[in-house]
Amino acid sequence: MSNTTWNLDPSLESTALVQIKPQYELFIDGKWQAPLSKTYFDSINPADETHLAKIAWANQADVDLAVRAARTAYTNVWSQLSGAERGKYLFRIARLMQEKARELAVLETLDGGKPIREARDVDVPLACNHFFYYAGWADKLLEAFPGQNPVALGVAGQITPWNFPLLMLAWKIAPALACGNTVVLKPAETTSLTALKFAEICQEAGLPPGVVNIVTGYGDTGAALVAHPDLDKIAFTGSTAVGKQIQKACIGTTKKLTLELGGKSANIILEDAPIDQAVEGVINAIFFNQGHVCCAGSRLFVQESIATQVLDKLKFRLQSIYVGNPLDKNTDIGAINSKKQLQTIERYIQLGLEEGAEIYQPTCELPSAGYYCKPTLFTDVAQSARIAQEEIFGPVLTIQTFRTIEEVVQKANNTPYGLAAGIWTDKGARIFGVSQQLQAGVVWANTYNKFDPASPFGGYKESGFGREGGLHGLRAYLKFPN
Amino acid sequence: MLPPRNNPDLLSLLAKSPAIDQTGSIERVARIQTRSLKGAAKLQGLRMALSMIDLTTLEGKDTPGKVRQLCFKAQHLHDQTSDLPKVAAVCVYPSMVGIAKKALGDSGIKVASVSTAFPSGQAPFSVKKDDTLFALENGADEIDMVISRGRFLAGDYQFVFDEIAAIKELCTSARLKVIFETGELDSLDQVRKISDLAIAAGADFIKTSTGKIQPAATFPVVLTMLGAIKDHFDKTGQMIGMKPAGGISSAKLALQHLLLVKEVLGEAWLTNEWYRFGASSLANDLLLQYQKHLTGKYQSAAYFSID
Repeated sequence: MSNTTWNLDPSLESTALVQIKPQYELFIDGKWQAPLSKTYFDSINPADETHLAKIAWANQADVDLAVRAARTAYTNVWSQLSGAERGKYLFRIARLMQEKARELAVLETLDGGKPIREARDVDVPLACNHFFYYAGWADKLLEAFPGQNPVALGVAGQITPWNFPLLMLAWKIAPALACGNTVVLKPAETTSLTALKFAEICQEAGLPPGVVNIVTGYGDTGAALVAHPDLDKIAFTGSTAVGKQIQKACIGTTKKLTLELGGKSANIILEDAPIDQAVEGVINAIFFNQGHVCCAGSRLFVQESIATQVLDKLKFRLQSIYVGNPLDKNTDIGAINSKKQLQTIERYIQLGLEEGAEIYQPTCELPSAGYYCKPTLFTDVAQSARIAQEEIFGPVLTIQTFRTIEEVVQKANNTPYGLAAGIWTDKGARIFGVSQQLQAGVVWANTYNKFDPASPFGGYKESGFGREGGLHGLRAYLKFPN
Repeated sequence: MLPPRNNPDLLSLLAKSPAIDQTGSIERVARIQTRSLKGAAKLQGLRMALSMIDLTTLEGKDTPGKVRQLCFKAQHLHDQTSDLPKVAAVCVYPSMVGIAKKALGDSGIKVASVSTAFPSGQAPFSVKKDDTLFALENGADEIDMVISRGRFLAGDYQFVFDEIAAIKELCTSARLKVIFETGELDSLDQVRKISDLAIAAGADFIKTSTGKIQPAATFPVVLTMLGAIKDHFDKTGQMIGMKPAGGISSAKLALQHLLLVKEVLGEAWLTNEWYRFGASSLANDLLLQYQKHLTGKYQSAAYFSID
């Protein structure tokens, strides 16, 4: 055997294209407005803990201004436009996003810690595609819902998470605008920058003032938005705990609500599966975006006869995963989004050890500054273990084995969540047989984490309700008076 | 027609070949293709690729003169550039083995001979045997045999197995590369099955193609074959070599293939003992890129010999 070692040199994406302002104001009524709260918070780069920008922290009065701007824009401008005219603006936004794709990708990576490869190849292209897709629906709503007289809701308050900042913004804003609503959007506090860049794009596209408003801030800003009486719709993507609070806050109001919440999705490998491709799929399912994915395949179920082989292959595969600087084009797992989230993940890893599960992590080195976590496998995990029941939202996979399909279906469904699932088998009939029994909004067969604007996405049980994407996604922003 | 008679042991071996998902394979490859090679790693990769080439001429119009030229090139890739590695082998028809052997002398570069009625394999076994023995008697260090694709597609696995095993027996000290001609096989499942079969029958190397049929060494095919090699190694600890051939004409493709080897098999395979490129025009692009890396400028292709 030879002793060749061949290590890849760093290959850093340039940040020269990106201009981050030292301070960002609120984007209300088409203008940058200093917050009435007079307060700002810091946004940092989780990859090296450097300061990126100061960002306005909106209070209730700021939120009120934004909602009023959105209401005025809705009444006077946006609701007066034809669908075709709205579509033109959306197409224009989509094209501008495409033109600035590189800049948006680098910004997303700097602000959120995700690998540039993913920001460049997944987040930004998908976000653009969502705008293109919904732009096409804007003048076809009557055809989408024939005989149902679809009408816009009015003003939507939208709250997005930190895992896919720009993409989740697209999922929310594109259908809302296509259906004729105006919006007030609050991005997550750790990842505001692409939303603020998006505001600049709206200005460049000549979008009428007030149609899109961006209010930045922490949870209290979001709570003020949810509580605002003049909203017709709340759309939230985030944790189940916050989702429950929002649902309570909306009780007794006329606000329409869609929630896209947490998950603990099962990924099931049957013994006849294409094993190498299944192993690769498991890697993508749990380590995509550092595991900060609501539909991450975080519970792996392997049929007993192939369990050893699959585990050996997973361990070997982990050795060729690059963990480190998200701006490096070869990085597979970047930085954990925040110190707080890193602490949460580390707590769960500790808990897994206390629960008696066996841990495996590859021998990679982590950068000294910034928030990083090694990809982690847990075997010998009990169904009742907290690491198998609770959403960790990090690169941590629990592995359980099963003997029969009946058993695995029962275990897979034995969770308060129901967002997604994966099934790996070479038999088409088994794909349909198993997926029909799984309580999950999405079931992927022989693949995982595939998204398309035309395909609806959403959950069962505590993973939320309402659908985003596709024709179904329009319904969340329309009412049908007769 | 009678159904093929296959030994139960062979059937049970082939039954264990895992299913291969084409879409998943394409995605795995796409992931590797986004890897970015810079700096010293790129230079190292280019040098490795050069040292892994089986410099090939397999044409009806081959002459002794052409083969001697190729053998000179094999030893002197580009003497204007210092400290270049030599290629691994020169690959020719059996009739040219003696000429190549003499031209390469004690350079350490191996002579590989195609055999068994290359490229179609459509000949009786006696002819294939004589073909191989002729190459060996003329000094071939390596035998690149083709399988009987028709028999394989007809399900006559035992025939294909026995043929490989018989040729292997002739190759006492020569290393045996088994060419599948994957462009004539139907699916990645078949590629996996023939890989497992050939390894079990005694192949030292498995090789994608003759270079006469398109598509040849596509990435999903190569990935599938590497998977078979890895599984065999995990089971037995025995290393099997890999040789993609046909269509790998640029440095970029060659480097991507090496990255695939690194991630799928591991660095132990990154040597010409276990990995080869069957190529005729790849060397010049590798040299061009190597020069570019050293000088920062692209040299005109006219500065590299066409052989």
